Amino acid sequence: MAALTRDRIDHDALLREAGRNDCGAVVLFLGTTRDHHEGRSVARLAYEAYEPMAREALATLEREALRRYAIASCTIVHRLGEVPIGEPSVAVVVAAAHRAAAYDASRWAMDELKRTVPIWKKEFFAGGGEDWVKGTKLEA
Amino acid sequence: MRFTVLFFAQARERAGRPHAIFEVPDGSRVSDAVAAIRSDYPQLDDLWPHLAVAVDGVLAPENAALRDGAEVALLPPVSGG
Repeated sequence: MAALTRDRIDHDALLREAGRNDCGAVVLFLGTTRDHHEGRSVARLAYEAYEPMAREALATLEREALRRYAIASCTIVHRLGEVPIGEPSVAVVVAAAHRAAAYDASRWAMDELKRTVPIWKKEFFAGGGEDWVKGTKLEA
Repeated sequence: MRFTVLFFAQARERAGRPHAIFEVPDGSRVSDAVAAIRSDYPQLDDLWPHLAVAVDGVLAPENAALRDGAEVALLPPVSGG
């Protein structure tokens, strides 16, 4: 089930929950925080969300992934607040009978997340200064 | 009637606060809410072309009606992931 968390994402637990005897594939995607952006060194990142709307948007993505692809489950967890470099900020777990649909659904869900979920990422640069990452305008 | 505006990310920093309460005439629409916010927060002016507006958690067109107690959120371009 879609979730927002301020804790470290426990992707082992997500994988355990996703495993099913009727599924031959579980795909885990982790988005992890990177130490550089457009040539600048990034010291830390922070995420904020319009939480009720973001939670609903993630749940909608999970439902829509199940409708579009031959998969058994899709779970998306996004972390908020400060995230140290190298740790997951987002996890997408998809289970399916066969791997092709699991890969496709995972990629689709991440692409849509970046376009449709009200979450914002700020980078704090190693040399000082900070900036909101250039994003995508939400469209109805 | 009253509505609460929620500012996020760049909009929150520019406004200097996470939320504010506005009073507008009964029958007001999203466009009237936007006009009231713009008038009190001119520091948001160059962000407006990039902002999406949600009412009670749903993206709303300018001509949508407001209800008393509505939550109007100003949403800068999103960058999750």
